[in-house]
Amino acid sequence: MSKALDVSNLTIAYGEIAAVREVSFTVEAGEIATIIGANGAGKTTILNALCGLRDVRSGSIRLGEDDITALPPHERVRHGLSQVPEGRRLFGRMSVAENLEIGAYARRDHAARRHDLDHVLELFPRLRERYRQLAGTLSGGEQQMVAMGRALMTAPKVLLLDEPTMGLAPQIVDLVIDAVRRVNGEGVTVLLVEQNAYSALEIADRAFVLESGEITLTGNGPDLITHPRVRSAYLGYDA
Amino acid sequence: MSEVPRSATEPGAFSEWLRRSTWVDHVLLAIRISVAALVLVGLAGGLTAGTYSAADFVSFTMFGLTIGSIYALIALGYTMVYGILRMINFAHGDVMMIGSFAGLFAAGALNDAGLLNALPLLALPLVLAAGMAGGATMSLIIERIAYRPFLHVRSLAPLICAIGMSFVLQYAARGLFGTRNRAYPGFGWMEGTVSLFGLIVPIPQIVAFIAALIVLAGLLALVKLSPLGKAMRAVAEDRDAAALVGINVGAVIVATFAIGGAMAGVAGVLYALVFKQITVFMGFALGVKGFAAAILGGIGNLGGALLGGLVLGLAEALGPALVLEGFGLPAPYQLKDVIGYGMLVMILIFRPQGLLGERLASKRA
Repeated sequence: MSKALDVSNLTIAYGEIAAVREVSFTVEAGEIATIIGANGAGKTTILNALCGLRDVRSGSIRLGEDDITALPPHERVRHGLSQVPEGRRLFGRMSVAENLEIGAYARRDHAARRHDLDHVLELFPRLRERYRQLAGTLSGGEQQMVAMGRALMTAPKVLLLDEPTMGLAPQIVDLVIDAVRRVNGEGVTVLLVEQNAYSALEIADRAFVLESGEITLTGNGPDLITHPRVRSAYLGYDA
Repeated sequence: MSEVPRSATEPGAFSEWLRRSTWVDHVLLAIRISVAALVLVGLAGGLTAGTYSAADFVSFTMFGLTIGSIYALIALGYTMVYGILRMINFAHGDVMMIGSFAGLFAAGALNDAGLLNALPLLALPLVLAAGMAGGATMSLIIERIAYRPFLHVRSLAPLICAIGMSFVLQYAARGLFGTRNRAYPGFGWMEGTVSLFGLIVPIPQIVAFIAALIVLAGLLALVKLSPLGKAMRAVAEDRDAAALVGINVGAVIVATFAIGGAMAGVAGVLYALVFKQITVFMGFALGVKGFAAAILGGIGNLGGALLGGLVLGLAEALGPALVLEGFGLPAPYQLKDVIGYGMLVMILIFRPQGLLGERLASKRA
């Protein structure tokens, strides 16, 4: 297998305070990886640094063969990195259709774009019913589908998802997790950040535990579910 | 604790309001009532005085629409930049002045070459293009110097820089172009008037109104339909989310400044055609008018800028005759700026979101 995402010695600081210290991890192509950790551990900070929304102090980020550490965010999208941001961040005053189309903003391959759009609507049939509606008027679950669809419209090689199940009803959580699996089954490498650690670990080939800006534990998902420290700290079992 | 809330129609509603409101509310209400009363009394007086005929009012209206469409062009630049950066470009009025002078020099050159009247249908678009190019270039320079360095910093520095740029432009222009009033060389075919539905209207006024409408329609089509317009709307809503779908946010900001500057350039040229004279200090007053129009319509809202410009233009053109005349003031038209700037103050106090605007400021952290 080849490395889809290779992060080494990443340090990210807010002013003087390092939020993430010397973090290194690798995601192999075709995997689902997950970063779990408490609020404020630095999960979102790492994802935003991967996408270029936050400057890194040191370290490097490689996407496949390319070093993307110094690229601006829109260039990283062109290299095949896409993020479903925390809180979905849809364009609420645009329709579902426009939100999906704008995902393909940087692409010029019109036939493939249309194909991907059909594919997204197949993955989330509900969006077909809501197609002309303003994204801001949808329910939370539907908005999450639009956010995932918009990210898929960039034709990513690596898809980052930040808390995609936050605030959703349990059956919608299952639907989102199932969609993540299906997208991964089609060859998209996934890096999932979740507070809902159980769902994430269940489907993860590889999991990292992030504590106060450092990775303290690595393993495959199902193994970590049974790890005593993970059980007590993130899954709510008594130690 | 389980008190049933009274509805506003119940007899106790007024005393309830008195209890809940502060003296600031009372003062504001008093201002509202007195402004409304002033307008009504003035309106009654103005309509009964009979100083002006119906035809006069129609021609005031046409003039109001013309100047209003010029305000709208300026307002669009403010509102577009605000929509994307949540900042006011205080040098925008001077961008318009530069556009106006660019048009002046283009018209002068065409006149020297004898082309101004030989090729009338080509000359006007060329002059407008020069104004647009001048405005767009100036706007890009302002973006580069005053706004881009602060793109990722939350501070008031861009505003202060823009105010500084405004003075730099004014005094550089004063040094280079002089302080006297300048006029475009006459377009032969624009001299005189036409009779429109029995009204005598100066030709430049019609030309300016139509040109403004064409440019405004083009801009709205661009923002609604083109990929760049879509990217501009996306960046305005959520800059990070726009970057995450592959939009080059920096390039969109640059394009926004360029388009806003070009609009201001058109406004500068059209203003010169209608009012026949320009000065290097014209930017400040007209900039504030454009800003007032943008606030009036709801800043950040393109349709609002259009509406705000027209409403402000009409208020200035009709207000003196309709309202101020009713008080028997000796020279009501000397007070038209009082109406314009007074509306800015009133809107900011009583309806800060403008006619079409939403309360955006608090929504975007």
